[in-house]
Formats: sequence, structure tokens, C-alpha cells
Amino acid sequence: MSGKNAPYELPIGPIHPSLKEPVNFTFKMNGEVIEKVDFSPGRSHRGIEWMGMRRNPVQILHLCDRICGICGVAHALVFAQAVETIADVNVPDRAYYVRTIIAEFERIQSHLLWAGVAAHELGFDTLFYLAWQIREESVDVIEYITGNRVNYGIMMVGGTRRDITPDMFPRLEQALQYYEGLFEKMVNLFLNDKTIAMRCKNTGILTKRRALELATVGPTSRASGLAMDVRVDSPYAAYGDLDIDIILPEVYSSETIGDVYDRIVVRIFEVKQSIDIIRQCMKQMPEGPVLAEEKYAKLLLNLKKASGETFARVEAPRGEDMHYLRMNGKQEAPEMWKVKASTYSNQMAWVEILQGEQIADIPIIVASIDPCMSCTDRVAVVNQEGDAGILTKEYLHRLSVEKTRRMEL
Amino acid sequence: MSSFLITLAGVVLVTIFGIVAGLFLMGVDRIFAARMQMRQGPPLIQPFIDIRKLLCKDSVVPENAVPTLFNAAPIVAFASAVTVLFYLPLGSILPVGTPLPMVGEYGDLILIMYLLTVPALAMVAGGFASGSPYASVGAQREMVTMIAYEFPLAIAIIAIAWRLAVAGIAMPFSVNTLAANPIWTVAGPLGIIGCILLLIVLIWVTPAELSRVPCDTPEAETELCGGLLVEYSGRNLALFSLSMAAKLVAMAGLSVLLFLPWNLSPLIGLTGIGAAGVDLVFFLLKVIVVMFFSVSLVRVIMARFRINTLVSIYWGWLTTIGLIGMLLIILDGTISIGGCL
Repeated sequence: MSGKNAPYELPIGPIHPSLKEPVNFTFKMNGEVIEKVDFSPGRSHRGIEWMGMRRNPVQILHLCDRICGICGVAHALVFAQAVETIADVNVPDRAYYVRTIIAEFERIQSHLLWAGVAAHELGFDTLFYLAWQIREESVDVIEYITGNRVNYGIMMVGGTRRDITPDMFPRLEQALQYYEGLFEKMVNLFLNDKTIAMRCKNTGILTKRRALELATVGPTSRASGLAMDVRVDSPYAAYGDLDIDIILPEVYSSETIGDVYDRIVVRIFEVKQSIDIIRQCMKQMPEGPVLAEEKYAKLLLNLKKASGETFARVEAPRGEDMHYLRMNGKQEAPEMWKVKASTYSNQMAWVEILQGEQIADIPIIVASIDPCMSCTDRVAVVNQEGDAGILTKEYLHRLSVEKTRRMEL
Repeated sequence: MSSFLITLAGVVLVTIFGIVAGLFLMGVDRIFAARMQMRQGPPLIQPFIDIRKLLCKDSVVPENAVPTLFNAAPIVAFASAVTVLFYLPLGSILPVGTPLPMVGEYGDLILIMYLLTVPALAMVAGGFASGSPYASVGAQREMVTMIAYEFPLAIAIIAIAWRLAVAGIAMPFSVNTLAANPIWTVAGPLGIIGCILLLIVLIWVTPAELSRVPCDTPEAETELCGGLLVEYSGRNLALFSLSMAAKLVAMAGLSVLLFLPWNLSPLIGLTGIGAAGVDLVFFLLKVIVVMFFSVSLVRVIMARFRINTLVSIYWGWLTTIGLIGMLLIILDGTISIGGCL
């Protein structure tokens, strides 16, 4: 402690039990109350974009699975969509439904994983064990469908690599019924518990206006009352054919505050929504193939010829994932590939929602936006002193200008 | 000289009993909690394994720590936690007379109450001496927690001793008196309701005294990475763990003394060493029951409190419940005096 005079500095991170991934927070504290927040990401950069720009699109697709361990299929799906748009691939309708089903199972397991982590951050380990035990069922189903528990490897440019046949439906239905049966219990445990309500209500408030100004996405923005969901706003895969409502905290509480509690409400009820979506998909699934081009060599040849640029976006469990892709028709590898993960949009909300809160609430507030640092980190700077320092806007602009000059030569 | 030797032997035996019973209780607690959380849990001897491993490890003293205070704190904590056990009846082994003729007879409930605060104070001192912001915050929280739970604890102890005094029993604060005269047999119907309220208070004070969920704010793994203990390692940490174990026995033993002081041997008709053994086992069983309700169950069904919530709960709710309990006992006592007159 740097003297008895307030404010003193409390570092949290880069490695800390409450942080599941490395990120460094510095808090200026006055007693137990936070006066000022600063954070510096950039501790788990892996250079996936750099790797991608030296590979062909199908290889990148499987690299996308590895961007995030939890929402792997979201990144693969959004990249496949980007490539399909550029190369004009006609994806069979059935593949859209398979993609939707797997994406929704992924949402269930991601939200349950988050619920467990949130309970642990609150010091409520029983609920953490329960949530993760329940989560196993969705992971089992994902393994049943794709053959893998994580890094599913089911996406393909032009469809999916595996089909979900009608004889697999009973297993899926069994999982859905399992979750339906547990839903009331989960609502009761997470939303009616006294200690959770005490810790989460009116904690880490993000107002609707600030949520909009900070361009937050996904459950974080919906919990603040912003009705935005890529699945509804610009439908992809099979979502256009389905009946989906945007989940807002009003489904459970009478008013929207935008606190941690509302974020729990949104995520818990999105699990229920996912069950409904999967049911609809199984009912409406059309017959037909799941892959546009079976021959790998021919597919690669077509992709090599493709040129153009595009944005694609999907609603990952954590919020909107967006990929920008540019291909020039001369080389296999894309000319430019940019991944924007949902945490990139949500992380600036930390500065807002941690202000004026207590030390005790740091873990749950940090976790409440469901951060994924390794999806987000794009740069790691280490100079000779080993100090990352701060990169100013002017410095980055100069670097960009220099790079453009080099490319023109 | 021989009484000194007996005392010395008694001290060693009680210390060993405290350590073994404490670690055993911790193992039982972990299994209880694990089964309630649908887990297998560690083996019963896990705490013993942990302590052995910690004792083999180096004790690291941080650069900006105050080494003397930092190293002294665990020893003081352990010594004081074990000392409490000298003044508690372990089954039918009463502190006055056997086995500690030179120590036991000077102690009573007031001393026990003060001794129970010493390990916490030592941890606070050690926390501040660590020179880490986490430990400092943890130490501040521990002090606040102590202030919060001492008052309800004092209410419970004083109310019971007062009722015994009203009943005309000499030396009401003496541990032997409490063990011989269970409060339930002394108090009338109103007093029994009061005692139940005080029992509730004591059950809630126990997790705070032991820094367990929901009152583990001073250590708070996810917030302060261990708080007070964050800089401690090796032998020092082992001593703190042992003092926690001994304190667990002491706290549960205190509840047993105040509310469940009965022994099994008079029922079976045993005497001598056999009686002491049977009663010790029965005492351990009672301690396990108390621990299950006040530690294992509570920590499984609750999330951690914020420090301000903790204070308002202990000062607001528990103190109120305690005062109501005390009021009922006073009423009961007054009525009984009136009846006698």
C-alpha cells in the first residue's frame, strides 16, 4: 500500500484468480470504493490474423475454430459467410439449419459456463458446480453432432462437414427436454437467491444511453435495454425463417436497470430461447445436401479466383462477431482479414461500470460482460525495456502511413 | 514439580488433540461440502497431507514486509488458538482439576472470548506486515469483521452466564459450571426460546469467526486472492492453517459447551479412562454436528457478503436477535426470582 493517503493503487492482473484470461487493471481506491479505473489488454495476443493471411480460406476456417475456445463455431460461421459472399457460393438450405442448431447449442453451453463463472466470482461455489454440471449435457450433444467437445470443426465453406440426420433428433430432443426441466430451477437459483440479488442488483450499472454510446453488443447491450440482436436485425443462416424475439430484462424484471442482475436475466432467458430455436429448426429442416461443393480441389480453385471485399457478422453468445475479408483473385490467401470479437466492443464499458463500485464487486462486474481477452487482443508490444507503454493515436497513424507507402512501392 | 510435569504433559496432549481433531474436522467439512455440491471431494486426510507439504516448503518473506512481525504473527495465532482449547471441556475432561491443574483453573468464558480474538488480531498484524495491497485490504476487512461479530458473541455468552447466576449457581462464567448445568435445564419456557435465538446467533457468528463463506471477505479468493494470507507460504502458512484448524475445534467446542454440554458416560455408567474416551468421541460427534450446521451448510448455500452487508447483518440483524434472546432470558430470570420469593 503506497502510504495511508487515499487514493491508493490496487493492481488486479495480469494474472489474478478472478480473471480467467490475462488483462491488467489498475484501480485508484479510496478505502473499499473505486475512484478511477484503467485497464490494459494485450497480454494474450496470438497472431491468428497474421497466420490466416498466409493460408487458404478452408485452412483459415479451421483456424477460426481456435480464435475462441467457447464460441468457436461463431467465428467459423462468420468467416464462412464472408467467403461465401465473395465467392458467390450457394449454400444448401439444410446446411443453414445445421449451422443454426450447432450455433444455438453453443450459446447454451457458453451461457451456462458464464453462469458458473459468475457464481464462482460471487463466492457461491455450489452454484458454480451445478451450472457446470448442467452444461455437460450441451457439450455432450455437441460432441454427438460434431465429434468434438471444443473446436468443433463442423463448418465448411459452402455448408457444413456433417449433417444432422432425423435419427439424431431424439438425442437432441432429450437434451432440450433436460434443459426445459431444469429451467425453472435455474431461474429460481440464480434470480431468486437472496445473496445473489443482494450482490448483483444495482451493481455495475450501464445505462441505455451509455450502452449505445459505447457501442456495446450482445447480452451486455440487451441487459441495458437496447433491442439489438444480429439474429433479428440482419438474419443469417436459418434465423430469417425462424420466430425469434430479442430477449430484454423485461422478460423477468419489471424495469430495466442495466446492472449485473439484468445481465444474468438476459443470459438465463437466452438459454430458454435457444431451446425454442433448436426445436423450430428440427421441425422446419428441409431435405437436401449440406455442402455446396464436395470436391475440395475444385472448391479451392473457385475460391482462388474469387475477388472482392465483404463484412459478415453473426451473434455469438457474447455478442456480435464481425469479420472483414478482402480477396484479390490472384492468391489463395486473403489479402486482408480482420476479426472483431464481441469483447472488443464491450470492454470499454468496464471503465464506466466499475466506477464508484466496491472491491468486492470487481470480479463479478468484470465477468458480467463475459470478456474473452484472447479473442480481442490484436497487438502485443514489447520494447527493449520489456515495457509495453502506451501507443498514441498519432504513433499508430504514422505506422499506418508508413505501411501504406511500403505497399505502394 | 510433579504438577508442573502433569501440566506440561497435558498441554502437549491437548495441543496434539487440537491439531489432529482440527485437521480431521476440516477434512470432514470438505467432504460434507463436496457431497452437497455433487462432488466426490478430497480424501479425509487431505488437510494432513497439505500441512505436511507446507511444512516441507520454504517460507518466503516479501521484500517490503516487516520480517519480525510477519514471522511472529503465525506463531502467535497458532499459540493462542491452541490455548483456547486448554480452557474448554473436551468431553468429560474438564479444564479445572485434570489434566491442566496449573492452567485451567484460572480460565473462564471471558478469557475464552478474548483468546478467540487473538488469532484474528495476529492475522491482521501479519496482513499489515506483508506490505501487499491485497493483504492490507484483507487486514482492514478482518478488523471490520471482528468488530461486527464480537458484540453478538458477547451478548450470547453474557446472557447465558447471567441466567445461571440468577438461578443461584456460583461462578456462572466458569467453564465447569456451564458443563455441569446445561442452560436448558435451568431456564424456563421463555428462557428456552431466548436460548434458541442465542444459538442461532452463535451459529452465525461461527463462520465469521472462522472466515468462511459467506464471511470470508478478508480472504476472498476471487477478489483479494487470499487477502490476509496472500504473501504467506511454507511453514508460516502451515501454522496459520493449523491455527484455523484449532480455532474450528474451539469455536464448535464453545457452542457445544454453551448449548450441548451433556456427556454419554453417565448414561452408560462408565467411569475412569473409558468414560473419558467415550465422552471425547461423543464430544467430537457433537462438534461435527455443530460444524455441519454452522460451517459446511452455510458455506454451501450462500454467496460471499460484501463487507458493508456483513457489518449491517451482524450489527443489525444478529445483534437484534441476540438482544431479543437476552431480553427473553432476563424476563425468564426475573419470573423465576419472583416465583422463588
